[in-house]
Amino acid sequence: MSDTKKSFLIINRKAPYGCSAARDALDVALTISVFEQPLSLLFMDDAVLQLLPAQNPAGIGQKNLSANLAMLEMYDIDQLHVCSEALQQRGLRAEDIELNINLLDRSGIATLIKQHDQVLSF
Amino acid sequence: MIFSIVVTGAPYSSQAADSALRYCKSLLKLEHQIHRIFFYADGVHNASELAVPPQDETNIPSEWAQLAEQHKLDIVVCIAAAVRRGVLDENEAGRYEKSSHNLTLPFVLSGLGQLVEAGIVSDRVVTFGA
Amino acid sequence: MTLHTINKTPTESSALNNCLASLSDGDALLLIENGVYAAMPGYAELFTRLPASIQCYLLGEDSSARGLNDLNPDFRSIDYDGFVELSCRYNKVVSWF
Repeated sequence: MSDTKKSFLIINRKAPYGCSAARDALDVALTISVFEQPLSLLFMDDAVLQLLPAQNPAGIGQKNLSANLAMLEMYDIDQLHVCSEALQQRGLRAEDIELNINLLDRSGIATLIKQHDQVLSF
Repeated sequence: MIFSIVVTGAPYSSQAADSALRYCKSLLKLEHQIHRIFFYADGVHNASELAVPPQDETNIPSEWAQLAEQHKLDIVVCIAAAVRRGVLDENEAGRYEKSSHNLTLPFVLSGLGQLVEAGIVSDRVVTFGA
Repeated sequence: MTLHTINKTPTESSALNNCLASLSDGDALLLIENGVYAAMPGYAELFTRLPASIQCYLLGEDSSARGLNDLNPDFRSIDYDGFVELSCRYNKVVSWF
């Protein structure tokens, strides 16, 4: 494992289940945490739909994404940033989300991107 | 400068793979170093030896293979994404008792750690998404 | 400073919108693949509020392929070597797709 550190930002933009992006991003996040690199996750656009509670994908043969997101803290992945505009556009409130999140406006998102070394998009 | 490239689009379904290939050729021409090219999600289909495009079209899997052999590039396919989608090397075909395997050499199957390591050691990671 | 690549038309996905909402001063935009359609004059409105510090580029191979001429003059046409050069000049590359 390398000695150098790079900070990673994962940008999520897709809703869960309909395509593999949410799952792919989560697997990358867990791997980055194994390498003990600084990591932040950003949920913007339709990716805020990944954060809805009460997901039950048993009927579509998929694994529960929200259960996995809830476990991220156990892997010391606690930098979950959420685009407040994306929540608003979908009629969601921060209180609807049962995860420990940090709300960001546009300038907050721009700053977040600026602060990280490598940005991976899903 | 040290680059790593991520490809998440399947060849022929999207332009991502072709763009990535052209970008890599430019990188090499301009004498940059490519640490790794990582194929993730539907990008794993770039490694299928069984792709048979019409003769007047680019054979993207074999273009990758040629470029990698010529420049000794590390071209890595996410193993979890690949076996799900039926892209297997001889080893995995044996493990899952499949009658054939289709990973073009010199592509190799490996874990997501290879993507993260690439991010750590590279100055730039450039993603070509579908 | 970040180089942002966009590979979708303004209406086929939210990529361009999301990108425009995430820019910092001094960043650059590069339209590639279907993204080059955003440089058609009809879409000029989308870019009028960009700070002057944002440089705009498009990949010439992709615009030629699509028969696009008379494009938004705020976008400079570059080739793949130019794409590589921009990737070096900016601190990182963020892909919007």
